[in-house]
Amino acid sequence: MSQHQPQAASGGAFRAPLLFAAMAALLLLEGTTGSWNSALYILNTGLIAAIMALGVNMQWGYAGLFNTGVVGFVAIGGLAPVLISMPPNTGAFSAGGFGIVLALAVAAGVIALAVLANRRLTFQRRVVVVPALLICGFFLYRAIFDPAANAIEGVNTAAAGNLGGLNLPVLFSWPVGALFAAGAAWVVGKTALGLRSDYLAIATLGIGEIIVAVIKNEDWLARGVMNINGIPRPWPVPYEVALQDSPAFLERAAALGIDPVTASTLLVKLCYTGLLALVLLALIWLSQLALHSPWGRMMRAIRDNETAAAAMGKNVTLRHLQIFIIGSAVCGLAGAMLITMDGQMTPGSYNPLRFTFLVWVMVIVGGSGNNWGAVLGAMLIWFLWIKVEVWGPQIMVALTSGLAEGSALKQHLVESAAQMRLLTMGVILLLVLRFSPRGLLPEK
Amino acid sequence: MSFLLAENMTGGYGAADILHGCTLRVDKGQIVVIVGPNGAGKSTAMKAVFGMLNLRGGHVLLDGEDITALSPQARVAKGMGFVPQTNNVFPSMSVEENLEMGAFLRDDDFATTMEQVYHLFPILKEKRHQPAGELSGGQRQQVAVGRALMTQPKLLMLDEPTAGVSPIVMDELFDRIIEVARTGISILMVEQNARQALEIADMGYVLVQGSNRFTDTGAALMADPEVRRTFLGG
Amino acid sequence: MDFLNAIVALMNYVIIPASSYGAQLALGALGVTLIYGILRFSNFAHGDTMAFGSGITILLTWGLQALGVGLGQLPTALLALPFGIALTAALVLVTDRAVYRFYRKKKSAPVILVMASVGVMFIMNGITRFMIGVDEIRFDDGLRFIISAKEFKAATGLDEALALRSTQVITVVTALLVVWALFWFLNRTRTGKSMRAFSDNEDLALLSGINPEKVVAVTWILAAALATTAGTLYGLDKAFKAFNYFQLLLPIFAAAIVGGLGNPLGAIAGGFIIAFSEVAVTYDFRKVVGYLMPGDWSPDGPIQLLSTEYKFAVSFAILIIVLLFKPTGLFKGKSV
Repeated sequence: MSQHQPQAASGGAFRAPLLFAAMAALLLLEGTTGSWNSALYILNTGLIAAIMALGVNMQWGYAGLFNTGVVGFVAIGGLAPVLISMPPNTGAFSAGGFGIVLALAVAAGVIALAVLANRRLTFQRRVVVVPALLICGFFLYRAIFDPAANAIEGVNTAAAGNLGGLNLPVLFSWPVGALFAAGAAWVVGKTALGLRSDYLAIATLGIGEIIVAVIKNEDWLARGVMNINGIPRPWPVPYEVALQDSPAFLERAAALGIDPVTASTLLVKLCYTGLLALVLLALIWLSQLALHSPWGRMMRAIRDNETAAAAMGKNVTLRHLQIFIIGSAVCGLAGAMLITMDGQMTPGSYNPLRFTFLVWVMVIVGGSGNNWGAVLGAMLIWFLWIKVEVWGPQIMVALTSGLAEGSALKQHLVESAAQMRLLTMGVILLLVLRFSPRGLLPEK
Repeated sequence: MSFLLAENMTGGYGAADILHGCTLRVDKGQIVVIVGPNGAGKSTAMKAVFGMLNLRGGHVLLDGEDITALSPQARVAKGMGFVPQTNNVFPSMSVEENLEMGAFLRDDDFATTMEQVYHLFPILKEKRHQPAGELSGGQRQQVAVGRALMTQPKLLMLDEPTAGVSPIVMDELFDRIIEVARTGISILMVEQNARQALEIADMGYVLVQGSNRFTDTGAALMADPEVRRTFLGG
Repeated sequence: MDFLNAIVALMNYVIIPASSYGAQLALGALGVTLIYGILRFSNFAHGDTMAFGSGITILLTWGLQALGVGLGQLPTALLALPFGIALTAALVLVTDRAVYRFYRKKKSAPVILVMASVGVMFIMNGITRFMIGVDEIRFDDGLRFIISAKEFKAATGLDEALALRSTQVITVVTALLVVWALFWFLNRTRTGKSMRAFSDNEDLALLSGINPEKVVAVTWILAAALATTAGTLYGLDKAFKAFNYFQLLLPIFAAAIVGGLGNPLGAIAGGFIIAFSEVAVTYDFRKVVGYLMPGDWSPDGPIQLLSTEYKFAVSFAILIIVLLFKPTGLFKGKSV
C-alpha cells in the first residue's frame, strides 16, 4: 500500500524524543502563559485521545482497516462506568430488569435461529422462513421489551429512571467498556470484513451512529439525553472537597503558596494524569509486544500484500476480524476512561467529527503503524483542536481590524472563525496525507 | 520497407528485463504470428510494440516513423489497433456502443466502418443492442476485434485472440482474420495455438526467453523439423 | 369511508413524505455511485458537498430575494440553483485538482482516496459553516401548499386530512427531470457513453483514446450538480442545517450499495427502498389500523416498529442485509 513506502525520516534516533520534548514544551507554555489547570486538562484529555488513537492505529496502521465508527465504540465503552459503578436504582431491576434481560435473550435467540435456518434450509424455504422468523421475533421482542423499559423508566423517574449500576469500583468498568466495544465490533466485523475496503468504512459509520442513537434514546439504560452525573472516581483519585477539608492538604498548599481550591483541582488532575499515563504505557507495551510477535509480523505481512498472504494460506478475514475487535476494544476502554474522568455521561457530546475523524487525523499526523506516533499525534492534534478554537477568533479580529467596527461582515467573520478548527483539521489531514504520508514518527 | 519494424527491443516491467533484443517486422497486408513456449515474452513483445511497456533499448518504427516515445493512445491515432487478451470489451454496453467507443478518436462519420464490421461479423449486427458482457466467448472476441477495427487501423495487433474458445470458433476467427488482412490491414498476432496460427501466417517468429529463435515464413517454420519437434509437439 | 380515511392517512404520512425523501436520497446516491463508478472510491465528502451546494444556493437565493427577483409561486431557490451548481462544480473541480488527482496518478489504494475524501469533508464542512453558520435555515418561499389540509377536508368530507406541500411536488418533479437528463446524457451523448465505457473497463477506454481527465472532470461536475440539487431540495422540503447533511451520508451510501455501487439505476431504486423503509418503519400506524378495524375499536398503544430516532438503524439494517446476502447490490454493481 502506498502509505507504507519506505522513506528516510530525518532526525534518526533522536526524532521521537525531540518531538515529544517539543510537545511537552507546548504544554508547559500553556501552563505558564495560560493556566496550569488548562494545561493539565489538555494533557489528560490528550492522554485519553492517545488511547483512542492507539486503537485506531492498530486497525489502520497494523491492518489497513478504515473504521469510521470510532465514536460508537467510544460511546459504548462509556456506558460501562454507568452500568458498573453507579448505585442501583432501587426497584428498577425488579420492575423491568428481568423483562429486559429476557427480551435481549429472545432477540439473541431469534437471530441465532435465523442464522441457523439460513445455513441449513434450501433456498426456497430460506427466503420464507428467515424473514418470517425475524419479523415474528421482532414483535415478540418488542412485546417483552417495551413494558419492561417503561416499568424501569417509571421507577424514581425524576432522579434516575434507569436501570442503575452495580455499585462496583469504577476501575472495574474500564475493561468492561472494552468488552462492550469488542462485542459491537464483532457484529460489524463479521458482516463487513472480507468485502471491499470501503464497505467496512460505511458499515462502521452506521454502527457508530446507531450506538450513539441508542444511548441517546434508551432512557432505561443510561437516562438518554437527561445525562448521568456523579459517576464515582477511580481509586486513588481524591475529591476536591475532601482535600479542602483535610488539614494536612491545606498545610501543604499553604507551604507551596497556592490557594487551596486551585491546589485541590491541580492535585486531582495530576492523579488522573498518573493513572491515564499508566494505562497508556501498559497498552503501548502490550501492543509493541504483539507487534513484534509472530502474530504482529503476520499482521503486517497481510497489510502489505493481502493477496500474497492469502496465497500462503493465511486467513486474512479472520486476522482482520481479530485486529478490528482489539482496536475497537481499546477505543471502548478510552471511552470508559473518558466518562470516568468527566464524572458524567452526556450522550449529546458524542459527535462523530470529534470522536471519529479527529482521532483519524491524530493517527495520520502521528504516523500510521507507529504507536508512539499515534500518541504524539493525539497530543499535538488535541492541543491544536483546543487552541484553534481560541486562536481562530483572535486571528480573525486581527485580520479584520481594517474593517469598520460593527460592520456586518466583520461580525460574521469573527463569529464564524470558531468554525475554523474543522477546516484546519481537514487541511492538516490532507497536507500530511499528501506530503508526509508516513507522519511525524514513521513506522520503522 | 516494412510497415512495422520493431528492432532490438530490450526491457521489462521491473528491474529484470523480459525482452532481450527482440526484433519484429510486419509488411503491408501480411499476417505475422509470434509463437513460443510459455514465458517467452510473446505478449510482452506485443505490449512493447504498442507502447504499454517502457523500453530500455531498441526502437519501434511505424511506416518509417519512429514512434518509440509515443503513448498507446497516440499510437492508436497513428493507425495501430490493439485487442487485449482479456477484458477486451465494455461488458455493460451494447455491441453497437462498444464499436462506437472504438471509433472514439474519429471525428468523421464512422457509419460505413461500422457496416464493414457488421459485414465481417454478421452475428454482431444481429446482437447489436445486446450488452457485450452477455455474449458468448467467441462473440465477445468478435466484438473486441470489431472495436479495434473501428479506428480503421493499418496494423491490427491481437493478443491470443483464440484463448479459451472452442476449435470451431477458433477456425471461424482465423478465417475472419484472413479476411481482414485481405483488405490491406497488416496483422501482428500472438498465438498459443501455434500450429493453426502458422498455417495462416505469412511470417512467423518463434521467441524463446525474450529473443528471436527462428524467423521464417509460416509454411517454412511448419516444415522445419526442429521447430516441429521443439515447439509444435512433433 | 373508513377505508378511504385509512388510505388518506397512509398517503399523507407515509407515501408522500417517503416519495420526496426517496427522490432526495436517489439524487444523492446517484452522485455517490457515479463517483464510485469512475473514480472507484466511496466519497465521504458527498454529504458535505450537498451542504456546501445548498448553502451557496441559499446565499444566492437571499441575494435574488433582496433584488426582488423571484419565480412567483415557485421558490426563488430554483432560480438560484443553476448558479449554486456552477459554484459547487468549481469547488469540486478545484478539490479534484488539489487532492484526488495526485492519488489517481499514483494509483493509490481506494482506501487512501476514501481517507482523502474525509479530509475534504472536514474542509467543506468548515467552509459551509463559515459561510452560513450552523443554525437551521428555512428558505422556501412562494406557494406553501398545493393541497392544504383544510381544503382537502372541505372538498372530500373525510375526517382525515391530506396536505401536499409544494416543496414535495417540486422535489419529485425536479428529481424526475434530473434523472431523465442524466440518463439521456449517459446513454445518448458521446461524452456520457465514454463515461460508461471508462466505468466498465478503464484500460480499454484508455486504449480507445478516451481522455481520463475529461471523464473525471465531467463526473465531478455531474456529482456536484446532483449533490447541489439533492441538497437544495432536501433543504426546501425540511430545513437547511449543515450537520444534517453529514447524517444523510449513511442513508445515501446505503441506497447506493443496496442498488449496486456504480449502477445509476440501482442508486435510484436504492434511494426509494431506503426512504420508504425508513418512513414506514418509524411511522405510527395507530390511526391507519384504527380506521381499518371494525367498529370504534382502536389500538391503545402506538403501532410503530421503531421510534423516529432510530431511522438510521433502518438504513443500517438494510445495508447489513444486502452486504450479507448480495454484496454487489440488487442491481448488478461493481464487484466487491
